[in-house]
Amino acid sequence: MKKKFSIEVDCANCAQKMEDAVNKIQGVTATVSFMQQKLIVEADDERFEELMDQVVKACKRVEPDCEIQR
Amino acid sequence: MTKKQKKMLTRILAAAGGFVAVALLDHFGPALPAPYWPLYLIPYLIIGWDILWKALRNIAHGQVFDENFLMAIATVGALCIGEFPEAVFVMLFYQIGELFQAVAVGRSRRSIAALMDIRPDSANVEREGELLEVDPDEVEIGETIVIRPGERVPIDGVVLEGSSALNTAALTGESLPRDVAVGDDVISGCINLTGLLRVRTTKAFGESTVAKILDLVENSSTKKAKTEQFITRFARWYTPAVVIGALLLAVIPSLVTGEWAKWVEQALIFLVISCPCALVISVPLTFFGGIGGASRVGILVKGSNYLEALARAEVVVFDKTGTLTQGVFNVTATHPDQCDKARLLETAALAESYSTHPIARSLRDAYNREVDEGRIGNVAEIAGRGVKADIDGVTVYVGNDKLMEDIGVKWRPCHRVGTTVHVATGEAYLGHIVISDQVKPDAREAVAALKAAGVRKTVMLTGDSPAVGEAVGRELGLDEVHAGLLPADKVTQVEELLAGKSPKGALCFVGDGINDAPVLSRADVGVAMGALGSDAAIEAADVVLMDDKPSKLAKGVAIARKTLSIANQNIAFALGVKAVILLLGLLGKANMWAGAFADVGVMVIAVANATRTLKTSNDEKKGR
Repeated sequence: MKKKFSIEVDCANCAQKMEDAVNKIQGVTATVSFMQQKLIVEADDERFEELMDQVVKACKRVEPDCEIQR
Repeated sequence: MTKKQKKMLTRILAAAGGFVAVALLDHFGPALPAPYWPLYLIPYLIIGWDILWKALRNIAHGQVFDENFLMAIATVGALCIGEFPEAVFVMLFYQIGELFQAVAVGRSRRSIAALMDIRPDSANVEREGELLEVDPDEVEIGETIVIRPGERVPIDGVVLEGSSALNTAALTGESLPRDVAVGDDVISGCINLTGLLRVRTTKAFGESTVAKILDLVENSSTKKAKTEQFITRFARWYTPAVVIGALLLAVIPSLVTGEWAKWVEQALIFLVISCPCALVISVPLTFFGGIGGASRVGILVKGSNYLEALARAEVVVFDKTGTLTQGVFNVTATHPDQCDKARLLETAALAESYSTHPIARSLRDAYNREVDEGRIGNVAEIAGRGVKADIDGVTVYVGNDKLMEDIGVKWRPCHRVGTTVHVATGEAYLGHIVISDQVKPDAREAVAALKAAGVRKTVMLTGDSPAVGEAVGRELGLDEVHAGLLPADKVTQVEELLAGKSPKGALCFVGDGINDAPVLSRADVGVAMGALGSDAAIEAADVVLMDDKPSKLAKGVAIARKTLSIANQNIAFALGVKAVILLLGLLGKANMWAGAFADVGVMVIAVANATRTLKTSNDEKKGR
């Protein structure tokens, strides 16, 4: 399943780092668009919520200032 | 500006004011027993406290090489070696640059968002005699919705009642309104201009044109151009490399010469310019702007990789029917023999007035007047030949060569390509009318514009007969025509052309999305045309031309080229300036001010350059 989330992130480099961090999670493919302030996550339907928790955690770790609206 | 940005601006102004005041005191103030330099810490902390804090926090999270850390080390280092004004200035400049970037990016993001603001907020649906305003998602297929003048069509459907003009500019970039009446399809995303419409929905919102387009545009960022990928990879090693370089620069020359302060300062300058921000921000912004600018004129690009491929277009392959031609039969020539043109057409149209054959329809369309049925009598269709009828009491025959042979009239063949319809009375040959699929008005211009843009070869593939295909090819100035092809042959032809092109160039296939999905996907860039109403096209293609004008492709190539050249300018400029400063640093000739320019100044200029991708499409629009 592919889902879009609105995010708030201040710099392009940070968005890139978030994307790298999220893509390291097993079973998740993600794109962070700094331009659109969107996070697009593709993950397994059944484990989506659980994986999404990990995604948020990973993002917060590399960029504590980011906001992800779930 | 957002609240956050306004707050930042206040901080910048306060720090700048403080900095100037302290600098003045430092230079012109009376000599005091205590030095002035601790005063520099006040503006430094006003402007930089958050950077210092973030740097510490990120180190705790294991994120060492980020720009906060680099800025913190560089400025704290400068303070340590007694370069107080420099430390404040670098921090100040950095924050100004960040603010500028945030504002510029925010602005272009909003202008693109406004452009793509075609999402309808609500739909007025009729349920049990009442008109309810609901979310478009909740409307089911087959329900009746009401669209008032000024409202956006929320869902695709068919007009049940009313007539109006629709503004399709948001979808096609075409400013001419499109008239709709009962029985016509309406497409979501258009704006209803004049009359109230009652529409029966034929699709759910999620399947409607507007939802598909929004989805396409929002997902375009997932497909990155090679240039963008290069920047991402580059950024990954650039920062660590420069930081290591800085470390070496601080230690090695100092051990040799013993001038620690000088080389530490040079090392700090390295750190200031080690952030790849100018590239990381401006290149994606350029592509985003290019895609946004293209969609503004009705060209949807599914990802920046396709924009990049479009810019490299070397071979353009067109499908004929519906792409270069209108796919509708029209009278293209009337060649009278023994009467005038109007009489010839009138006779043919009257004789064919009862027929439902497409040729008869195009004759009537060309005649375009009320048919006086009193003038027609004894109509008889002659299968495989044509029609025989009495017009104003004279028997006329309208049909093909065989009909003329049958009635024994001497007829003349026509040099024009298409279907020839002969008209004759019992004994005299009146002349003939040629009916053919017409070339689109802008097709010739499109081919010429592509050539001018540097496309090496233009090719047309068609299932039509070689005579028709070659005639169209000549008319449009195409380089190659392959006619009489079955859909599978088209794939083979494209394969051959792919093998024949240079490795760097791209092959672009343009079709109307009907029956050419395999070719669309085989080409480097598949372009579907006339997407209004054809979902298949939106799905299969990489680039979608919203209206059915082939000339839009040349415009798309031009936008792609421009976008790519701006991206390359930014890369060359940013890397060039940084390389120069790094080199000066190695020689021990750079100063902090130059470092701050190489980092922030370059970023500001690159971002400003990137926003040009949006601006030009604006101007072009005004110019049209």
